[in-house]
Amino acid sequence: MAIRERLSGNEAVATAMKQINPDTVAAYPITPSTEIPQYFSNFVANGSVDTNFIPVESEHSAMSATIGAAAAGGRVMTATSSQGLALMFEMLYIASGMRLPMTLICANRALSAPINIHNDHSDSMGVRDCGFIQLYCESNQEAYDNTIMAVKIAEKAKLPVMVCYDGFITSHSIENIMLLENDEVKKFVGKYEPENYLLDSTKNISMGPLALQKYYFGIRKELSDAMDNSIDIIKEVSEEFYKLTGRKYDLYEKYKLDDAEIGIIALNSTAGTIKDTIDKLRENGVKIGLLKPRCFRPLPYLDIPKELKNLKALAIMDKADSINGYSGPLFSEITSAMFSSNIHVNTINYIYGLGGADTKSADIEKIANKLQSIAKTGKIDKIKHFLINEKEEV
Amino acid sequence: MYNLKEVVNKPNRLTSGHRMCAGCGAPVTINGVLRALKQEDNAVVSVATGCLEVSTCTFPYTSWKNCSFIHTAFECASATLSGVETTYNKFKKDGKIKDDKVTKFIGFGGDGGTLDIGLQSLSGAMERGHDITYVCYDNGAYMNTGTQRSSSTPHFADTTTSPSGKVSNGKAQQRKDLTEIMVKHNLPYVAQSALIGNLKDLYEKSEKAIYTKGPTYMSVLSPCPRGWGYPSEDLQTISKLAVDTCFWPLYEVCDGKYKITYKPAKKLPVEEFLKLQKRFKHMFKEGNEWMIEEVQKEVDKKWEYLQMMEKITNEEN
Repeated sequence: MAIRERLSGNEAVATAMKQINPDTVAAYPITPSTEIPQYFSNFVANGSVDTNFIPVESEHSAMSATIGAAAAGGRVMTATSSQGLALMFEMLYIASGMRLPMTLICANRALSAPINIHNDHSDSMGVRDCGFIQLYCESNQEAYDNTIMAVKIAEKAKLPVMVCYDGFITSHSIENIMLLENDEVKKFVGKYEPENYLLDSTKNISMGPLALQKYYFGIRKELSDAMDNSIDIIKEVSEEFYKLTGRKYDLYEKYKLDDAEIGIIALNSTAGTIKDTIDKLRENGVKIGLLKPRCFRPLPYLDIPKELKNLKALAIMDKADSINGYSGPLFSEITSAMFSSNIHVNTINYIYGLGGADTKSADIEKIANKLQSIAKTGKIDKIKHFLINEKEEV
Repeated sequence: MYNLKEVVNKPNRLTSGHRMCAGCGAPVTINGVLRALKQEDNAVVSVATGCLEVSTCTFPYTSWKNCSFIHTAFECASATLSGVETTYNKFKKDGKIKDDKVTKFIGFGGDGGTLDIGLQSLSGAMERGHDITYVCYDNGAYMNTGTQRSSSTPHFADTTTSPSGKVSNGKAQQRKDLTEIMVKHNLPYVAQSALIGNLKDLYEKSEKAIYTKGPTYMSVLSPCPRGWGYPSEDLQTISKLAVDTCFWPLYEVCDGKYKITYKPAKKLPVEEFLKLQKRFKHMFKEGNEWMIEEVQKEVDKKWEYLQMMEKITNEEN
């Protein structure tokens, strides 16, 4: 029986963690994910989980301890944001390189400098090549659901998974949500039985060796293959979740895209604003649609371009700037995937919402106008645009 | 009673065939520590990046036997180990590991991975009170990358990033005293040891460290023939001179009570320790006598401090 609730994103995710009841959680507080270790410490203090919690002294140690706990054979989770994720950078590559399943909750927040506590995607985009599967969430419901699925995906793929949702916008906003019963979650995630782990009393093992020219490349290729193959695992776990909940999760979500002439791609909560604007624009006869990637790592590079092939103009919105003299990361990767699938659509890039700058329906309409003009003329004046209000400009 | 012949007959946990240099103190330290484990007990060893790690676990081989081994990165052997230990406690709680099975958790790092880049991770793990033992094999420089200075490098030592030169006297600063910093973490057991004689001192301290409940710390002077510049066969001679000059005092702090475990019958001048090593060669040039005098003063001060601490922490009140 599903349970109807009203929870913030962080509460929803902490509830999922409680229901998952992992062996070990190590975390260090950082806005806006701080509530996760807080809620979780309360669960531990009141005996509502069996988990052992490690209140580490930094995010670097949070990830190190999580790696140690996963290597020991435990089901493990952690949570962070922004600078915390940046401090973990070194260890994230080690978690995936050692093929350790774990779930990392990332309440997305801007990176310094200047210091800013509000939402953008600079943190998780900054670690996009660290070997973590990345699942992006539009709502509290998606954050809750993806957290539960992440555990299973991680353990099947032998890869760490990052569940990303927007700081404050999602983490602190209260929404209606459908929760699973504890038993349903317990049954869904099942027991974790790793093949090789440090505390296996039947055999001793060594983990984390030095591997030189003869072996390193092969080991890294296996990691890459695991990421490739995780696409099928994500599909399989999502299908199983659909059967349990009736909530369908694909690698990406399409909204009124199939007959659209112009399209927008965006991650996380902004998709909600875009959907609302699409409804309004559609009433006025504008054939506009949205593609919202759920899965950015691995990138569904064969499927996404096919969905875009009939568009006359496309805007890819990045809530992170690569500061590479070119474009944001989503734009680079999706246009590259389109190119390799031999699909050409006039595509522009919007860098938006950095440091929590508000993104409104009017902004989406502005993008739609631009796309309509590109669709009509077939011409692009410039690739990269900043969706910034004049008063926000310095 | 300690018997070297008996303890060396225990199966090694760091087996021969590893790639550490001849005359290196580190593997002697590691095996010396691990021999103090009861034979029936298992161990998980967490090693910081450094000579020890790259020379003992090169894929597809491992020199670690009769224990499990994990290496993650340079600065986080302690945090990694704290994750393993916490999960062990969880498994015990769940009955997943039987009550009669004992696994001990031991971290190893050089002075770089311990005093410098790994200090925060170590301090955090110790403060949290994990039931782990951390051992620093201290060779007083970053030896794995070719003898760069660390905060454990002795005053005036010549290293590749504190070279002695026309206007430089080698390392300008004194050593950071991590053993004392560990004491201030209120650990139940902290000790300093060296590779002397029949390794009884190291064995006994290791046994106490490993089997004292809670976080324990040991610093073991582990000479490096390449970085220090001594003939590899002189490992024990160098170690003995370090303790006989009181350059490296042997002591332990048990629940705050200091005990000097070796008081040389005749405290030798520090130059006896310094003069055998190339890294201190410039200190023996004419006009540089003041450097030796300064080091002697530093050594005396520390030795007096330890004697005072031994006295006041053992006074009945």
